Amino acid sequence: MAVPVAFFAVFFAYPVAAIVARGLRIDGSWQFGRVADVLAQPDVRHVLWFTTWQALASTALTLLIALPGAYVFARFDFPGKQVLRAVVTVPFVLPTVVVGTAFLALVGRGGLLDELWGVRLDTTVWAILLAHVFFNYAVVVRTVGGLWAQLDPRQEEAARMLGASRLKAWRQVTLPALAPAVAAAALMVFLFTFTSFGVVQILGGPAFSTLEVEIYRQTSQIFDLSTAAVLTLIQFAAVAAILAVHAWTVRRRETALRLVDAATTARRPRGTGQWALLAGVLVTVAVLLVLPLAVLVERSLGAPGFGYYRALTREDGGTFLVPPIEAVGNSLQYAVAATAIAVVIGALAATALTRRDAGRFVRGFDALLMLPLGVSAVTVGFGFLIALDEPPLDLRASWILVPLAQALVGVPFVVRTMLPVLRAVDVRLREAAAVLGASPWRVWREVDLPMVRRALLVAAGFAFAVSLGEFGATVFIARPDNPTLPVAVARLLGRPGDMNYGQAMALSTILMLVCAVALVVLERLRTDRSGEF
Amino acid sequence: MLLSLEGATVRFGGRAVLDAVDLGVAEHEVVCVLGPSGSGKSTLLRAVAGLQPLDAGRVTLGGRDQTGVPAHKREVGLMFQDHQLFPQRDVAGNIAFGPRMRGASRGGQRERVGELLELVGLPGAERRSVAALSGGEQQRVALARALAPRPRLLMLDEPLGQLDRSLRERLVVELRQMFGRLGTTVLAVTHDQGEAFALADRVVVMRDGRIAQSGTPLEVWQRPADAFVARFLGFDNVVDVTVTGQAADTPWGKVPVPEDAPQGARTLLVRPAGVRMVAAGQGLRCTVTARTFRGTHVAVHLQPEDAPRLEAACALRAAPEVGDTTGVEFDGAEIVVLR
Repeated sequence: MAVPVAFFAVFFAYPVAAIVARGLRIDGSWQFGRVADVLAQPDVRHVLWFTTWQALASTALTLLIALPGAYVFARFDFPGKQVLRAVVTVPFVLPTVVVGTAFLALVGRGGLLDELWGVRLDTTVWAILLAHVFFNYAVVVRTVGGLWAQLDPRQEEAARMLGASRLKAWRQVTLPALAPAVAAAALMVFLFTFTSFGVVQILGGPAFSTLEVEIYRQTSQIFDLSTAAVLTLIQFAAVAAILAVHAWTVRRRETALRLVDAATTARRPRGTGQWALLAGVLVTVAVLLVLPLAVLVERSLGAPGFGYYRALTREDGGTFLVPPIEAVGNSLQYAVAATAIAVVIGALAATALTRRDAGRFVRGFDALLMLPLGVSAVTVGFGFLIALDEPPLDLRASWILVPLAQALVGVPFVVRTMLPVLRAVDVRLREAAAVLGASPWRVWREVDLPMVRRALLVAAGFAFAVSLGEFGATVFIARPDNPTLPVAVARLLGRPGDMNYGQAMALSTILMLVCAVALVVLERLRTDRSGEF
Repeated sequence: MLLSLEGATVRFGGRAVLDAVDLGVAEHEVVCVLGPSGSGKSTLLRAVAGLQPLDAGRVTLGGRDQTGVPAHKREVGLMFQDHQLFPQRDVAGNIAFGPRMRGASRGGQRERVGELLELVGLPGAERRSVAALSGGEQQRVALARALAPRPRLLMLDEPLGQLDRSLRERLVVELRQMFGRLGTTVLAVTHDQGEAFALADRVVVMRDGRIAQSGTPLEVWQRPADAFVARFLGFDNVVDVTVTGQAADTPWGKVPVPEDAPQGARTLLVRPAGVRMVAAGQGLRCTVTARTFRGTHVAVHLQPEDAPRLEAACALRAAPEVGDTTGVEFDGAEIVVLR
């Protein structure tokens, strides 16, 4: 317990406090009026308004498109379901930069739609919304579909026997049971899209900017750190509110529902209606999830003889001090270090949270752990930038800075993956082991560890994928001569010319493949439970 | 007949779970389908309810073919094995669900809920949460919920399966009285013969998707149709024999059979009461291998030298010790020649 608390105090609370000080403390005195000043600026209001409505629209669109998918995954049994489940999950662990690049290749200038029909969406908000759906489809399918699959179908049958039609039975029985999960998923999607950075940075152009992007712009282009700090605080407050509501819905989700083994509830589709629904979902997945990635790969092969890939190995002198391909090595090293940190901290925290005597303080820590996830990577990066570059803690020159930031973003995933499994270990098993003469340490080794080993590996995989794709925090603190993959992609996209564009596509493809491999390993290990993501 | 099934067949992946079943239930009749798990009992109920489409045959209710009639329009009630009470509604919300679906007014619903809670012995329980109910209370609420829309036919799937023994014995009597009073037509399924015999006007024994025997509880108990039914009812002394006149050739030697017994190769049942222990040296020589106290009598396992084991019943005082040697004679009045 002490280690995670210290970790969060130093690498999260302290930087956040530094942001507060930077934003509200001018010439040694507190100026709370600054918040009102910043909020009064029309630009800022515009950004706030856009951030909110695009998040709402993205959430609504995601629910609309993904709920039929959740139903199909929960209730139907069809060949290739396992593969499709993995395919659907890929986007969620893909770096935002890759997603942005893929949609650029699909709907941007010179993209597939542009070539075929002259349609361009990259100057409209639709590109952002679609990319957000792409990203969060899995969140809804996993959260809602996971619960849906475990709802006893006989509850609906009981309603039917009492005279309810199919639709009425669904509305009266299934929907109320599902509602908290839908709400939780919607809040998650809202949170992710509200704090969207990479996607908007790449697809938004000058016209569209979320709070995250604006914070980044204020920091790195206008160098107005104090406005950036105030914006961060506004975002912080909004996210804290969303998370509080989320925690509340999760608690409500734990009301006594009659859950059954998910394997027993799915069956073959029957009748034309159900087959049509299945086909519709398959087409959606193909067009919305698979096509952008396919186009990305196709574009990366645009130059003859893997030209773009070979160009990655050359020093081009301008964009980077090193050949872009070195970013792969950097990324992998950082990700390994970040994973190690995240797993140690996360596992310790999860263990502390499962202790039966865990009090109010510890449970409060649970919500706190979620904060870095929601508070957004840009906050973390910005905080590191202004807090850890001067005594007493000067890590500016140290390579560990990047893995630390990435680990901070990865820890919530580790905790969320470990918690349900740890909680599921029956206390009586531990008691039985103790009665048979095992010391507490032996109990952990002989009872807990074998049961959570898989979860631990899954958590590590998650943390690895998250670290690999981390963009918002890294872009602040990665050194120019040591870029990570996402940072390199973003920089290449920021420069004109076909060669840079092609190289960005090629680098994105490499990043996608590395993540996909991590995910395949993950999917094989994954315990068959709905999880909290 | 209120309900009749004609050649009802359901196949799961080529295996017939319900194999050309013919069955009728008359108005006000209580029929209990009895069979081991996997015999197709629950599928039978689901087929009648309209939750499981038939692959062949048909279901008629009140003379109307139900093919294509969806479950919610059949006006039958089904009480699920594990009740399936709606956890997000309270007791009244559960019971009022059916009347509400049929468009009853709020006042009508409230009245019906009160009436039914009175009937099942839980007056005033309207606002209680279903999660807080004990097993027996849940069972009562489930029954009230199933009865609330006044179904033409009430079906019960293992109605008392999850309750403890003493509660089960009490409730089975209550149910029987209630159905008699209300004149409810009931089709129940269970694997528990005691429950079936106590509840039913007629018992239907199922095996592998087919009906093995149908009759009043007394008929089925006294004259099991075949070796399967006899063994399912708990009889162990079942062997293949040849009947000639008033005697049968068995592994235990010649035993007497009733006068009108069918002749030739048959299956023979000797009830435990028909195995009489006599002094060692008389009759068939057996060793006592086990004895189990059954409350009213003692069940004794007897092992002859080279014949199948016999089960006998005797009074506690007369029961031999394990390891004793005893002689055995057979009482023709407790012997039944099956098919």
